[in-house]
Amino acid sequence: MSTSTNGKYRVLGTRPRRHDGTDKVTGKAVYSNDVQLPGLLAGFVLRSPHAHARIISIDTSEAEATAGVHAVVTGKDFPNVANKIADLGEGSINLSNLSDNVMAKTKVLYKGHPVAAVAAVDVHVAEEAAGKIKVEYEKLDSVTWVLDAMKDDAPLLHEDVFTDHMGEKDETPSNTPTHLHFEKGNIEEGFAQADVVIEREFRTATVHQGYIEPHSSTADWNENGRLHVWTSTQGAFTARQQTAEILQIPISKVVVTPCEIGGGFGGKIAVYGEPVAAILSKLSGRPVKIQMTRAEVFESTGPTPGSFMRVKMGATSDGTLVAGEAWLAYDAGAYPGGMIGPGCMCVFSCYDIEHAVVDGYDVCLNKPHTKAYRAPGATQVAFAAEQVVDEIAEQLGICKLKIRQLNAASEGTRRVDGPVYPPVGFVECLAAAEASDHWNTPLEGENVGRGIAAGFWFGCGLKSAVSLMVNHDGTVNLTEGSPDIGGTRTSIAMQLAEVLGIEAADVVPRVADTDSVGYTDVTGGSRVTFATGLAAYEAGIDLQTQMKKRAAGLWECAEDDISIDQGTFSAGEKKAGFKELAQELFKEGEPLVARASVAPDCATNSFGLHLVDLKVDPETGKATILRYTAIQDAGKAIHPSYVEGQMQGGAVQGIGWALNEEYFYGDDDTMDNASFLDYRIPTMLDVPMIDTIIVEVANPDHPYGVRGVGETPIVPPPGAIANAMAVAAGTRIYELPMSPPKVWKAMTDNS
Amino acid sequence: MDFYCSGDASTLKDFDYTAPTSVEAVTALLSEHGDRARLLAGGTDIIVQIREGLRDADLVIDIKKIPALMTLDYSADSGLSLGSGVPCYQVYEHEDVAAAYAALADSTRIIGGWQIQSRASVGGNLCNSSPAADTIPALIALNATCQIAGPDGQREVPVADFCTAPGRNLLAEGELLVSLQLPATSAQSGSAYERFIPRNEMDIAVAGAASWVQLDEQGTTIEAARIALAAVAPTPVVADEAAAWLVGKEASEENYAEAGNLARSVANPIDDMRGTAEYRVHLVGVLVKRTLARAVARARGE
Amino acid sequence: MAAKNQIATTINGEPVDFLCKPRESLLEILRGNLGMTGAKEGCNNGNCGACTVLIDGLPVNSCLVLGVEVEGVEITTVEGIADASQLDPIQDCFVEGAALQCGICTPGFIVTTRALLDKKPDADEQTIRFDLSGNLCRCTGYDKIVRAIQHVASESKG
Repeated sequence: MSTSTNGKYRVLGTRPRRHDGTDKVTGKAVYSNDVQLPGLLAGFVLRSPHAHARIISIDTSEAEATAGVHAVVTGKDFPNVANKIADLGEGSINLSNLSDNVMAKTKVLYKGHPVAAVAAVDVHVAEEAAGKIKVEYEKLDSVTWVLDAMKDDAPLLHEDVFTDHMGEKDETPSNTPTHLHFEKGNIEEGFAQADVVIEREFRTATVHQGYIEPHSSTADWNENGRLHVWTSTQGAFTARQQTAEILQIPISKVVVTPCEIGGGFGGKIAVYGEPVAAILSKLSGRPVKIQMTRAEVFESTGPTPGSFMRVKMGATSDGTLVAGEAWLAYDAGAYPGGMIGPGCMCVFSCYDIEHAVVDGYDVCLNKPHTKAYRAPGATQVAFAAEQVVDEIAEQLGICKLKIRQLNAASEGTRRVDGPVYPPVGFVECLAAAEASDHWNTPLEGENVGRGIAAGFWFGCGLKSAVSLMVNHDGTVNLTEGSPDIGGTRTSIAMQLAEVLGIEAADVVPRVADTDSVGYTDVTGGSRVTFATGLAAYEAGIDLQTQMKKRAAGLWECAEDDISIDQGTFSAGEKKAGFKELAQELFKEGEPLVARASVAPDCATNSFGLHLVDLKVDPETGKATILRYTAIQDAGKAIHPSYVEGQMQGGAVQGIGWALNEEYFYGDDDTMDNASFLDYRIPTMLDVPMIDTIIVEVANPDHPYGVRGVGETPIVPPPGAIANAMAVAAGTRIYELPMSPPKVWKAMTDNS
Repeated sequence: MDFYCSGDASTLKDFDYTAPTSVEAVTALLSEHGDRARLLAGGTDIIVQIREGLRDADLVIDIKKIPALMTLDYSADSGLSLGSGVPCYQVYEHEDVAAAYAALADSTRIIGGWQIQSRASVGGNLCNSSPAADTIPALIALNATCQIAGPDGQREVPVADFCTAPGRNLLAEGELLVSLQLPATSAQSGSAYERFIPRNEMDIAVAGAASWVQLDEQGTTIEAARIALAAVAPTPVVADEAAAWLVGKEASEENYAEAGNLARSVANPIDDMRGTAEYRVHLVGVLVKRTLARAVARARGE
Repeated sequence: MAAKNQIATTINGEPVDFLCKPRESLLEILRGNLGMTGAKEGCNNGNCGACTVLIDGLPVNSCLVLGVEVEGVEITTVEGIADASQLDPIQDCFVEGAALQCGICTPGFIVTTRALLDKKPDADEQTIRFDLSGNLCRCTGYDKIVRAIQHVASESKG
């Protein structure tokens, strides 16, 4: 649905300055760690040095007696929480496990698991006092590789975890809470038809979202029993719910202010410090801030699953993919509930394959509980499946782009887990790749290779609410509840501006706290521009409906006589733009306010294709990215710069995942590289410009055709780089990261 | 000495601070406090280490107010006198120094990013004595010596002898490094430093090599060479055999490669998360070959 | 326990006095004692550049400078880049060019870029990438940051 007569938008597709830009380039924007309150105490968390141990005793007396210390807490200060599942928007969590993760009660399950916390006059005093807490541990055997954790004799993390095989439970406890199984067609038949079959095994290491801002939370437990939390979070409402549940207080007693946030990518949805700071605040009578160190972020938040995958695909000699089989085992980390579900759903999601079987296992082991990292679980399977598709193409002598075009998922394709695609843009992405300058520029030189890979992410809808207040100069305050991590307050404002016929600068967007706006689900799942934008659009319609009614009174005509074209109201000779009418209406009668809330129950399905040219130094195994192009279907790019930004940012994260990022574990199953020195995210010098091509195949479920774009960009890079590496290095690498020593070894063994 | 960030501590422990203005004052304080006192130049190693609990201090002695330690003096005749507190950027930004001591300029330019180079000093890099330190092989290849002051007076020690074990060196109690002396360079000589890291910046060397060559007048034969390596032994090491083999040889790709092969024999690296022993030994050959080629090119004025 | 030192320094052109213990970093002083929260803590050990400030025109990681070390120097923080209420061209180009997403690394980039362009107004892409490799960004993939800096450089040529 277009609000313009010639099909072109006035505001959508332009690149206005983001509303919070000035504050962010001057250092004025308030992030969580910038929050200052009178009497603020600093909190410090004492954490387990062991990967797996029973807590025998904790003696906090010396810490409590230390000058400058105002409160000390351990697991016993947290209430018992029932085994209840909470839906966090991207993944769900058992609240009892969440509480246990926030502060261990009887066992520690990974190095860095909190066991106690201190609030003191400053963080130095708090840390020194925490060092005086005596914890007696009984060390247990530990396990950090997913296949080892699945063995019968593996150290058991939870006595009460029994594998659930799609509804049927095992009788003996294990480290595998969930076994998912999806099927379509008849797999034996499928492989029987195939002229070529490729089966490969893949391993991927644990990686972290790597946001530059560590978690920080400030809690003020007021004398009236109300708890105020300021925190770095992707969702104030989910943080409120989790905090209230863990503390067993009514949700209405908690207000969460989402501060400006320095990156999340899925890692700032679960709470960590919030409940701890809250209890410290309650005990001390003072506000308490807990800021994580970088090492704590690596060791004690939610990296994304390492994995073992076996993928087998079969094709007929003309390149038609006829069968796909996947066996996937993903780290869940310390507790059940990892990313295996989306992994299963995405492994074959880009292709129309008649026969498919997917088995996926969620596996507990002694690492922090895994969380979403942009398109959770999809990057791993794309690394696997995209290489298998390439190898099939190689065997059949078919162009790698052509084989993807031949089998591309499109409207009507049924995914192995059930859903049938509405109109989607993968075919168009492939066409854009074929027409691109990158694809049509020959790559010359020694030890170079070009690779492509596809990617897909659902993009969800979930709940959003917004409210509008019209100022009497005709500008509009837009209050919404989606923390803005990448410029979304502007893309939401633009959608409102478009429908009202005003400029983006005439909208004043504000991300509000949980007391001030209707329930809104997380900023994640690629949903904000889509769903909160939809809410803004509908609020705009609500506003126009009211204004039409009031204008009828003003113009003394029937409501039905008034039409709205690109925001301008007219009835016969009478005409008024939005601002003009708003100013008129202000003079007499009620202030203009409007609202909308949405809960679209659909996926926005954004497909992508990445192309990479890579050069390998055979003497060292080091890869250099020469050229990179990211292509993706955005449905409608509201603010193209920020769509491009999502594509570029996700691509570079994927490059890091592909080439260098991994958790190194020592013999004691603790992380050896918990710093930005040895956890190697790409620097500016490690990547070239990332070219982008935005494809627009309108999403029928949004008035402007918007699809969520944020997550898909991280899915293709490791697969594309692996496919390029195969050509450049002359050999394939089936492990992530494809770090220099591995590449060198593979090339040396191969030659 | 574990050079990994263990992440087990996050804030600096309490310590006293002083900024004396003379070498004598420093040696007196060091003698009094022993290893409870630490020197502070750029701070980019010591502050991290105190924060992580890897090194400890009751007293931090800031040496940046001592002129002798903060002065860079160069002349083509007398060579380079580099105060131990002079930050890296002053080395590579000094056109003549960067040209004359190219290996040192190479190494100072790649230590940890501009923000680190603004503060970190070559002397501090040496005194931190990490086996992976970037400047040490360059200093060794350039025949640098340490000017050390102590309660018993001054002494000189070749940089090649300075480091004794990972994180340890031969400074006795009460001693500090005052400056580094690099001899005047001769015509037809050149040097280079290169390291291998997984990214393009901000990493600790997986392996590093510095080469210095002296060519004959025609620029075709190697008259003398020095080769030193980082990150492949408990201390920076000198590849004597490889360097000796090069004497009298033609400056050719083939010979650089052979020298690289010979240099591998002095490598005795460990397996760690930054690289396997096998990989590091292999890299020695590659880096020695490449730095010899660059050193020769610079010697020829290319 | 160490006593507090009184330090007199200059920040963004203004004389500033503060008290601090030796173990407090310049980053802690700026953000705590002085309420200047523009410089950010990303890693606290010199690996990410989010805390970058200029000392006598040179970019440094303020997490690796002690408060007691800055007696008599001239410090520039992100708060001192804009000219009163007028954004510096670097800041302006960052906003205009969408060179930020979450913005946490932005103050560090702005300050380092200021130093870079003061020294090398003609910096090409490789120089920009090399000299700014000490500033990590996880959101943007660096593309638009580089372009924004190139834009400032070419604009100032006139």
